[in-house]
Amino acid sequence: MTRFLTSAGLLPWLFFLAVLAVVPMIAGSSTAVTVASAAAVNVVFALSYNMLLGRGGMLSFGHAVYFGLGGYAAIYALRAIEAGWLPLPVAALPLVGFAGGLLAGAVLGWPTCRRAGTPFAMLSLGVGELIAAIALMFSGLFGGEEGIAGDRTAGPALFGVTFGQGQEVLILLLGWIFLATLAMWAFTRTPLGQMSLAIRDNPDRVAFVGYDPQRVRHRVFTVAAGFGGLAGGMAAINYEIITPDMLGLGPSGHVLVMTFIGGIGTFYGPIIGAALITTMQSLLPDYTTGWQFYLGALFVLMVMFQPRGVSGLVETVRQAIADGEVRERLPRWIRTVLAAVCLAGGGSIAFEMILRWREAEEPLELAGIPLMADGATGWVLAATLAVAGLALLRLKARRVAGGRLAEEVAR
Amino acid sequence: MLEVILFSTLNGLLYGLLLFMLSAGLSLIFSMMGVLNFAHASFYMLGAYVAFAIGVHAGFWTGLFLAPVVVGLIGCLVERFGLRHSHELGHVSELLFTFGLALLIEEVVKLIWGTQPVPYGDLVPAGLKAPLFTLFGIAYPGFKILVIGAALLLLVVLWGLLKKTRAGLMVQAALTHPEMVGHLGHNVPALFMGVFGLGCAMAAFAGAFGGALLVTEPGMATALGPIVFVVVVVGGMGSLPGAFLASLLIGLLQTFAIAVEVSVSDVLAVLGIDLSGSSDVGRITLAQIAPILPFLLLVGIMIVHPKGLMGVRES
Amino acid sequence: MKCALPGRAWLAAPVLAATLMTALPAWAETVKIAFIDPLSGSMANIGNLGYDHFRFMADRLNASGQMGDVKFEMIGLDNQTNPKESLVQLQKAIDQGATYVVQGNGSSVASALIEAIEKNNRRNPDHKVLFLNYAAVDPVLTNDKCSFWHFRFDTDSDMKMAIMTDYLVKQPDIKKVYIIGQDYSFGKAVSESARRMLKEKRPDIEIVGDELHPLGKVKDFSPYIAKMKASGAQAVITGNWGNDMTLLVKAAADAGYSVPFLTYYGGVAGAPAAIGKAGQDIVLQVSEYHNNIPDAELEALAADYKKQFNEDLYYYRVVTLMDMLAQAMKTSGSTDPEKVALALEGASEATPLGDVVMLPENHQLLQPMFVSIMTAGMPFDVEGTGLGFRTLMEIAPEATRQPTTCQMKRPG
Repeated sequence: MTRFLTSAGLLPWLFFLAVLAVVPMIAGSSTAVTVASAAAVNVVFALSYNMLLGRGGMLSFGHAVYFGLGGYAAIYALRAIEAGWLPLPVAALPLVGFAGGLLAGAVLGWPTCRRAGTPFAMLSLGVGELIAAIALMFSGLFGGEEGIAGDRTAGPALFGVTFGQGQEVLILLLGWIFLATLAMWAFTRTPLGQMSLAIRDNPDRVAFVGYDPQRVRHRVFTVAAGFGGLAGGMAAINYEIITPDMLGLGPSGHVLVMTFIGGIGTFYGPIIGAALITTMQSLLPDYTTGWQFYLGALFVLMVMFQPRGVSGLVETVRQAIADGEVRERLPRWIRTVLAAVCLAGGGSIAFEMILRWREAEEPLELAGIPLMADGATGWVLAATLAVAGLALLRLKARRVAGGRLAEEVAR
Repeated sequence: MLEVILFSTLNGLLYGLLLFMLSAGLSLIFSMMGVLNFAHASFYMLGAYVAFAIGVHAGFWTGLFLAPVVVGLIGCLVERFGLRHSHELGHVSELLFTFGLALLIEEVVKLIWGTQPVPYGDLVPAGLKAPLFTLFGIAYPGFKILVIGAALLLLVVLWGLLKKTRAGLMVQAALTHPEMVGHLGHNVPALFMGVFGLGCAMAAFAGAFGGALLVTEPGMATALGPIVFVVVVVGGMGSLPGAFLASLLIGLLQTFAIAVEVSVSDVLAVLGIDLSGSSDVGRITLAQIAPILPFLLLVGIMIVHPKGLMGVRES
Repeated sequence: MKCALPGRAWLAAPVLAATLMTALPAWAETVKIAFIDPLSGSMANIGNLGYDHFRFMADRLNASGQMGDVKFEMIGLDNQTNPKESLVQLQKAIDQGATYVVQGNGSSVASALIEAIEKNNRRNPDHKVLFLNYAAVDPVLTNDKCSFWHFRFDTDSDMKMAIMTDYLVKQPDIKKVYIIGQDYSFGKAVSESARRMLKEKRPDIEIVGDELHPLGKVKDFSPYIAKMKASGAQAVITGNWGNDMTLLVKAAADAGYSVPFLTYYGGVAGAPAAIGKAGQDIVLQVSEYHNNIPDAELEALAADYKKQFNEDLYYYRVVTLMDMLAQAMKTSGSTDPEKVALALEGASEATPLGDVVMLPENHQLLQPMFVSIMTAGMPFDVEGTGLGFRTLMEIAPEATRQPTTCQMKRPG
């Protein structure tokens, strides 16, 4: 334990713990508590997904299956606690979810992991479709459309905590984030965890060394499914209800988007992604009905121009600080950020104008001036911003090219 | 009994060929570029919407033939300015790009045409909708026969293009030896762009028919997408004959499963196990699970024969 | 690869901090009603339609002056038709001071909301919330899962099935019926109640087919139509909605199979436009309102609505809901959810469509209902299809009453 902690450096963990401790203190309103709790569940879910995508190179379109099945395992356990024949504290439900996810991963992972690469992605999609359809059919087991509900306050109070208040639940979930993160980090240090990197980078080599890549994939997949199930168990505590649509293709795609935007190249990236996207998803609809477009656009742009996600940006800055290059890089960063703000601003003004004109909603207002799709003001503004953004980008590109040329001349 | 067999065959053939029109383009793109286009069904949807948009002004036939051209050009642009960019970052990145593209296309379609279905089916000329023949009291509209004919024609044209033309030979050579083709002085990137565009155009062609036959709405891509991937994986990644075989197999399997009245408890009764009356499992019939049979087939094939029916390439 | 440290999670902190908004103070005079339904995504059109109805009624009641210094304010919250997200939105609604919640799309969402509101009212007695359901029709919500904090203003699916079977009683020529539905709780409930009620009311009718298919997975219904035709069915009962219904009716029209399709959702927003001409003289619906019911007051209301929102008035039950809510506030002399709930129990009201009553034993509204058919040549068409609905049969409120298993637990 201490060894892997020191291998990571103890400081980041203490810092992580401090951040988690601060969250319930600054979460003033119950909306904040609710959103933070939803984010907490997604953080563990996204971290488990990254065990597949980031570290194992396995692009899954069906990871929510294990989240959902783990959630069902936990909600059934919660009902058993309510009925009084399961002597388990409610706080330990995520462990039940973990077991459920692990079991489901071991069984369903076997056909899924038969192939790697693109066929794996398609297989995970097929298995996901299959399970989602089956869940709706077997309404006895999955509770039909309404799902299965429980009451987290029904269990015996542990140290006087009944989980009646959202604040108590949030603290519990944050505790689980810490434990799960620690466990997942520990897994990366195990031989199997290391081997998952190897099968991502060079499966032939793994086979040559004497490991069966298919078996390694299956084991990694099973562990990832277990942690997905743990997140499902957290969801069971948080929402007190698990429905069949939680294991559908929608949530599977959603976790992919969260994880990728956070950054799949670092261990902590998915934490950022999950917190960011969950907050976006819960608060953005208050401002625009087209928020899914922004999410999609953000994702595509990330794939094209920032494949390392948000955490990639963090790492770049960190590297620059370490190399002492902040001062010389700063102007370029400012230019890039300005260009991005201009392009995003121009694009979203144009999008909002069309959307609101189409949906006959109230027009977009900027500093009290309504911007209408059939008026010129908005379009001129959007075009100006777009041109300014593009110009900034061109300027940057030329500087970079110029810099390279200078380097070569110097050499 | 005869009527059930006849109509199941016709309907299965129609559905299977529609799937083939879609999966052929997907398979072609995959075997050429090694990327599975997650947004392929989105180009199918675009085909339907573009055909509708053109058809409203210029008539059904113009829309039907112009939509593939327009969508094919859109496909070329996507390849040139998007996919090529992520191609350098590896296959996972490409797949993610097309996944994001699918999300984005759906949002754009909603922005332009709204979330409700558009009445594209009403554009089909009345003459085509009229029954071509009536057998056992069931009418079969001429439009459905037209779709079957168009799909078969597409198959022949595609085969001819690949086997008999210079461009086709180049494509075939580039499948296995892209560097060599490049060294011989051919423009491989342009070839890639052309193939991607062609694949998208074929999807759009299928969409222009499928949208009129079924329903044109923003969810149509998500509804059909997974089935098309099943076809491609079951048929064997990148194998055109495999895709053809798998399309027909899935089309016929699904329609015949609906026609047959067998439940799980019936099957178990033959084995001497009595399940009737108890639980959800016993009451499940073959017809009930027909639409998810393709996914069962996928899992089954992967367990028995991971390369697919006619698979050649690992990944 | 160098694995960066999880400590960089501090970046998540500002994001979380951004969400920490404080609750708005609740004004005694303003009654905030949270509308929790899909406002984005593929169901957005249906959610928006409902929201427009509520805004229309809130404006109308505020302008009428009949509420004194009480003003209604609608808060639209997008739940993406997802039970999980609905709970987040419910919390947001409570934070913004909403004491009433209205929702309609998805019995899964309604059920999750009832659970959550029951828990909230127990855990936070200072801020109780009342749930008024305008469209979630699973019978269980007013039976086994009934709650003091839930009132339903739509006719539930069993009651609608009773109406459909009553209609079949009046059609002695129909001897063979086919049932088709989506394979989930609602589709199964429809099939079960259809079998039970037909056996009771028309034992001579033979059910020649009872089919379930996975929800939203069928692309072509032609094989099903071939099967129906082969079975000799003279009428089809279906709980299908969305594309599953559109595709079913289109496939029937393509195959020249023109028997009545008794639907729950044939007239719902978007459906007539999607079905188009294919639905002519095939699609029957059961509803509390359609725009060809001749009544001057109704026509004026529909015209007002169309003027404001440029769409057809569809949910007359939203009009009833808001009127009854306002009335209950007046009789109880309070806007407190608990007192209003008690006043709503057994409340009745005269509407242009007839008298309605809220049953105290299970909180289900009884209202006049209509069976109507989509046909040509009607004074008002729907969604620009050129087709309109024509009443075939009217059912008195009392005739729709069903026995209930509800054991209501009232506070105190």
